[in-house]
This record gives sequence, structure tokens and C-alpha cells, in this order.
Amino acid sequence: MIIIEVRGLKKSYNDFVAVNRISFDVYRAEIFGLLGPNGAGKTTTINMLIGLAKITEGKIIYKGKDLTHNIKKAQEIIGVVPDESNLYNELTGYENLCFCGAIYGLPKKDRGKKAHELLELFDLGEAANKKFMAYSKGMKRKLTIAAALIHEPEILFLDEPTTGIDVASVRQIRNLIKELNKNGTTIFLTTHYIEEAERLCNRVAFIDKGEIIRIDGVEQLINSSRKTNIIEIHFESLTYDKTCLLGKLNKRFHGIECILKNDTTIKIDSINIIDIVPVMNFLSEEGLFIYEARMIKPSLEDAFVKATGIEIDLMKKEKEKK
Amino acid sequence: MKSSIAFWNILLKDMKNYYLKPPNISWGIIFPFAWMLMLFIKSKSTFSITEVFPGIVAISVLFGTTSLLSVTITFERRSRSFERLLLAPFKTELLVLAKITGAILFGIFNSIVPVLLSVLYFKSVVINWPILVSGVFLLSVISTLLGLFISVSAKEVFEAQTYSNFFRFPMIFLCGLFIPVTALPLIIQPLSYILPVTYGVDILHYAISGNNFLPVAIDLIVLVAFCFILFYFSIYNIRRKWIV
Repeated sequence: MIIIEVRGLKKSYNDFVAVNRISFDVYRAEIFGLLGPNGAGKTTTINMLIGLAKITEGKIIYKGKDLTHNIKKAQEIIGVVPDESNLYNELTGYENLCFCGAIYGLPKKDRGKKAHELLELFDLGEAANKKFMAYSKGMKRKLTIAAALIHEPEILFLDEPTTGIDVASVRQIRNLIKELNKNGTTIFLTTHYIEEAERLCNRVAFIDKGEIIRIDGVEQLINSSRKTNIIEIHFESLTYDKTCLLGKLNKRFHGIECILKNDTTIKIDSINIIDIVPVMNFLSEEGLFIYEARMIKPSLEDAFVKATGIEIDLMKKEKEKK
Repeated sequence: MKSSIAFWNILLKDMKNYYLKPPNISWGIIFPFAWMLMLFIKSKSTFSITEVFPGIVAISVLFGTTSLLSVTITFERRSRSFERLLLAPFKTELLVLAKITGAILFGIFNSIVPVLLSVLYFKSVVINWPILVSGVFLLSVISTLLGLFISVSAKEVFEAQTYSNFFRFPMIFLCGLFIPVTALPLIIQPLSYILPVTYGVDILHYAISGNNFLPVAIDLIVLVAFCFILFYFSIYNIRRKWIV
């Protein structure tokens, strides 16, 4: 069942088009990811969906109702975690959660109970009475997510939820996102960590320069980038004649392409399934000590690079600079 | 019900976070006290409490409300916590009302010291207490709305302070706080009439000494009209500038 329908959504600032007539659906209880480099239009898209940016053109339909011009009505069922924690420094963790519950109209008793539950769930029970300004970055992030959940929203928008925080908190947040989704919350996620999208999302849209390049299930996207079978063989660096070895390999085994990736790794590429045993026997006979051979599975990153032509490392560097 | 919970909690949070902080409370007490003391020392022989009483009340309310509201809203906007309020499922009108109520109450609190000093120490006479209370309330509302108008226009806290001063200091001279509007050069007087504080101060003059220059009914109507205009103009500006 579709919970958000986006049709021909456009946002322009004078002559600059930030988002250009994008369309997609988000299904109930799925984790939907929006992936793209800096300035691709991810945050602008989220801002239009949550009511923080005006829509130039297009339609936003929540649960079958066209709320394009009245996003306020959708705000009751959505929770938002912005890319920067924006709670109140002067209030404690507990007070922040209670305040966030109050602005959604939760009665005092309910918001107190819910705040305690969330603090425990996010492992922040001990810091409940500490002021927000005294929290670490990871704790701030967790409390910001907790604050977005206090009114039990049906849809949770997460804008770069794990950027700039410690590994332990990242793990915890990812597990919590999975847990929330298991309990039926629809998650709309933007991230520049492709492996995060691969691990968490059911479906992903690649966005670049304000346009959606591809949209599909994570498995489908990965499989679509699989053209050949790749095996990497790692061996001890011994003295050998590189050119001669590769020549012999390619001559002996038809239909495979062997490349020397570095001094200790050979990459074998083939359209057909590779029978690894004869290759390894051959290399052993040639005097190489093989300690690992593994199949390289295509990833969402391959699919992203293939679809957008954007190098991930470049994207990460840009984000870090920001 | 949900809206009233939201309203009440935004107000409580603002009171706790900003208005009831010791520096602000002490400022609300010291500021009017210092002004009274200055006028008292400066003009010992000619000091007429009924002449300066409305001005001191007005200046206390004007500076108290505009300073705090413009800074707090700009600060919350800068730290993006204001976004949290914009994302809550209630009308922008209610949000603005909740944000300004704290400042209005703070403005009223700021008027207490000069009123008490004037009445209890200087034995000033107030000829119409209900009108004085109404005047203080309306002046507080209009000053707060001026603060809101400024904060919506400013991006940084220092900008808000600069804009506030740009409005406030000329008002001391133009709005009849210490110099009667009728005593101003004719060429300047139209400026006084377009500044809402003029009408608030005139109500105070009426309530304290009966020395007003416009009928009180006109003052009240004009002030209420200004309140509506500034309130809705600020909401329009928030929607136009902050939801881009």
C-alpha cells in the first residue's frame, strides 16, 4: 500500500531548478532511501515533503489525500530528524522529549511515560537529566531521533542520520531504524553512506542534479549492475614474471580475462561461471602461494556508480568538506 | 485541546529558558530604575513625576519586549530549533501567539517597577487605573509585535539587535515618551503618527495625568489595528521567508 505518492515534484529558486519534476512512491512499512551527492536535491525533496519548503510544481499525496497545499495536515503522522540536531540546549534530555511531545498535543502523563520509554530504548536513561548541550554528538543524534518518535509517527524522515558520529552510535542507530521499521514505521532516509542504504533500505532512488536517475529495490539495483563474474585471488608476493604469468593464464583458460590488480592480487573476470579449482592448481604449479580466493559480489555502490557516473569517494570527500 | 497543550508548553518553555533567567529579571528591574534615577538626579528641581512616569513605563516595556523577543526568535532560528515548531501540526498563528505571549508578559513585568516607584515613592497620582493597565498591556503587545517584525527580518542575533536599536531610539524622541508629540517640529510630527508606540504612550498620559493629545478611543482603535497588521504581516513574512 502506498503511503506517499510524489508526482512531478519541482522546486526552483528563480532560475535554478533544485528538484526537477520527480515522481516516486513510498510504500507503507518500507525503508525508502534517497541517495545522491551534495546538492542533488535530497534535502529540498524532504523539505517539500515535510512542509519546510514551498512546492513550485507537482503533487504530494499522503495516504491517498492530496496535501500538496496543506502539508500541515500530514505533520501529525510524520516525524522528522534533520541533518543537524536541533533540540534545545538549555533543556535536559527528558525535558526536550516532553516538550516535543507537548507540541504534538500529548497530555502530560503520556508524554512523560513515552519520554522515559524512549530514553531507555535509546540507551540514554542515565543522561535523562543532563542538559542537551552536555551530550556527545552521538547522544545528541539519538535524542533527536527519539524526539521525532515521541508522537509515534507513521512515517519517519531521516536526513543523514549517522553522519559525523561514533561507530558504536552508528550501529545502535541502524539497529533502532531496523527495529522501528519492523514495528511498522515507514522510514524515508537520505544518506551518503551507500553501504548504509544497502544494509537498511528496501528500495532506493538515485538522485542527481534534481532528477531521479533510477529507482528500484536494492536487490534489483545490485543485480542490474552485475554483468560478469569476478573472482579475486590473493597470493604471497613472490618473484615472478607478471607479463608471462598473465599471458599463460589467458592462453590456458579461454573465456576469462585475467588482470593483475596489484603485486599480490589477480582479478579474473568472466561472463560464465568460473571454475576456480583448475585456475588455482595452475597458479600453484607456477609457484604462487595462494592464501585467499573470493568472489566479488556487486554492491549498491556499483549500481550507483553505473547509474550516475559519480565516484563514491568523491561524494564522501564532498560531504566531509561540508 | 492539542493546540492548547502546544501553546501552553511553548509559553512555559520560553518563560523558563529566556524570560525567567536571573539576568533578564534583574534587567527588567534595573533598567527602569536607572532611567528614573537618571531623570531624578538630572532635574532635581524641575522633576515632575507625572511628566516622566508614562515615558519611563513605555521605555521599559519597549526595550524589554523588543530586546528579548527579537533575540530569542533569531537565536532559535539560527540553531534551527524553530524549525521543530514549524513542523508541529498546529497553525502558524498559534505558534506566533505562543512565542509572543512570553514577551508580552515580560513587558508587563517590566512596567511594574516604574509604576510602583512612581506611585509608592514619588506619590504620583493615577487618574484611571483600568486604562493604565490596558495601556500597558497594549503597549506591551505592540512592542512585542515590533520585536517580532524585526526578528523575522533579521538572520543573525546581532542583526536583530541593530535593527531593534534602529527602531527604538528614534521612538524615544518621536513617540511622546519624554517630549510631547505636539511640541515636535511640524515636519517631524507625521513620523510620530505612523509609529504605533505614540498611541500607547498617549493612553498612558491619559491614564496618569489626563494630558493626552488624542481621544483615548482613537488611540485604542489605532493600536488594535496596528496589532492586527503587525501580527498578520509577521505571519506572512514567516511563511514567505522561512518556508522557502
